Amino acid sequence: MHNHTIAELAAGLKAKKFSSKEITEAFLKRIKELDNKLNSFITVCEEQAHKDAQIADAMLAKGNAKPLTGIPIAQKDIFCTQGIKTTCGSKILDNFIAPYDATTITHYKQAGAVLLGKTNMDEFAMGSSNENSFYGPVKNPWDLNRVPGGSSGGSAAAVAARLAPGATGTDTGGSIRQPAALCNLTGLKPTYGRVSRYGMIAFASSLDQGGPMARTAEDVAMMLGVMAGFDTKDSTSVDKPVPDYTATLNDSLAGIKIGLPKEFFNAGLDANIAKVIEAAIKEYEKLGATIHSISLPNCELSVPAYYVVAPAECSSNLARFDGVRYGFRCANPKDLEDLYKRSRGEGFGAEVKRRIMIGTYALSAGYYDAYYLKAQKIRRLISDDFRQAFSQVDFILGPTSPSTAFKIGEKSNDPIKMYLSDIYTIAANLAGLPGMSIPAGFVDGLPVGMQLLGNYFTEARLLNVAHGYQQVTDWHKKTPENF
Amino acid sequence: MSLTAVEVKKIAHLARLAINEADTPKYVSELSTILDFVAQMDKVDTGSILPMAHPLDVTQRLRADEVTEPNQRELFQSIAPSVESGLYLVPQVIE
Repeated sequence: MHNHTIAELAAGLKAKKFSSKEITEAFLKRIKELDNKLNSFITVCEEQAHKDAQIADAMLAKGNAKPLTGIPIAQKDIFCTQGIKTTCGSKILDNFIAPYDATTITHYKQAGAVLLGKTNMDEFAMGSSNENSFYGPVKNPWDLNRVPGGSSGGSAAAVAARLAPGATGTDTGGSIRQPAALCNLTGLKPTYGRVSRYGMIAFASSLDQGGPMARTAEDVAMMLGVMAGFDTKDSTSVDKPVPDYTATLNDSLAGIKIGLPKEFFNAGLDANIAKVIEAAIKEYEKLGATIHSISLPNCELSVPAYYVVAPAECSSNLARFDGVRYGFRCANPKDLEDLYKRSRGEGFGAEVKRRIMIGTYALSAGYYDAYYLKAQKIRRLISDDFRQAFSQVDFILGPTSPSTAFKIGEKSNDPIKMYLSDIYTIAANLAGLPGMSIPAGFVDGLPVGMQLLGNYFTEARLLNVAHGYQQVTDWHKKTPENF
Repeated sequence: MSLTAVEVKKIAHLARLAINEADTPKYVSELSTILDFVAQMDKVDTGSILPMAHPLDVTQRLRADEVTEPNQRELFQSIAPSVESGLYLVPQVIE
């Protein structure tokens, strides 16, 4: 059962080969048996999953099922789930029972999907290795000594180990694409504003975007159809119709123009990864694509600019965690200031505190122009680079990550080294563009992801380009040996 | 850009974060390293560039001035650390 893709499970449910109850029980059983090796779930929602499966089976029996009805989905623990613990990977929210559902959760409920559980993540989505979680690191199912990537590391590990057929992630600087690459998954970060941020605990509001992670582009297309859409509760949600992302998956790729940014293939890239990406480019040529060399000259500044913009926005967003209205409160506060300071100091982990302080500094009197304003200007230059590139090509292709999955502990004492894990993914967030990572091969038994970036709101075409590649390759079908 | 221990303590105060005295040197060195790293931005002259606050150049949408949320005080206060008579409790502020 667990080897089926979402599309296969959905077809089986429709044909009454099995019930949602059977699927749900099969995945819950796998989580019980195997997740002690991975630590990919913070909360397993067994009771809720059984209830959801019952509702789904009734919908299926009545004949009013939707594409994802009865499919178990794991939700990143950044999405608020009413009545269910929602921690964002932090001690400060360890006792937080969300009083409402995120719009993404509401959409999955309306679609008849089953809530399997809440997945582990870097605290407040800040990290590229899932080592920053209050609930402990997540292990990569391809090698248990290595990280699954982050911040959506729990979602990636769970889907790669087939403890769930699909999971949600969020991507502020690469947090869907990088773990997808390190765990051999297909993941999509939509255009900023495509998926509602309501009830998705905020990290950097002008960059955060939720999206799907699964094994195939087809599954991702099915999930995106549920997640995307206008939401009046999110003031930056974009009011554009949602196409049927599965309808155009098989369109021809003949004549598409793919750009290779020379900055993505420079000395910083591992030579073995470069070989894998070059082989993928050849496949696209066979599918009828033309390849063009392009330049994104300001992209090398995307990581520095990001580490001003994201911390600045996080220092403001995370001010809400004050030990008064919800979440962790320190013991025996001597006055109000002590209550704030110790609740936050004891409730947040080291990386979150670093970023809050960097952001506070960058926004403080006398430094605003030198840091925040400067970073916003660089952001404009990066966005203009993409505008220029997309006047020449339809898609941009390159590696998702400069290395394969690294060892647990390898980068955890060097913040800058860790930040550079996202060197190829961050620019898309600064510009608000959609991007995907898809499995492209292996180096020393570890998965390599290829990144595809598209122009604003080209998710359907991006999925088509990913799906076309997956019809002629089988990298996405490889699964880790011990799971 | 090298921060001093005094500056780090000031930043922590502004951010309302208690940090241990013993951890201060670590924060001094880490935050200074990060600021050095972001200083790469200075390589580019951005004098005439318009800052970009938002990825899509859209104006903030406004909604009709109507009540859309029901009062859920009890639900919201059920998850608060300390509540009495419908009020959130904090240490005494006014003598």
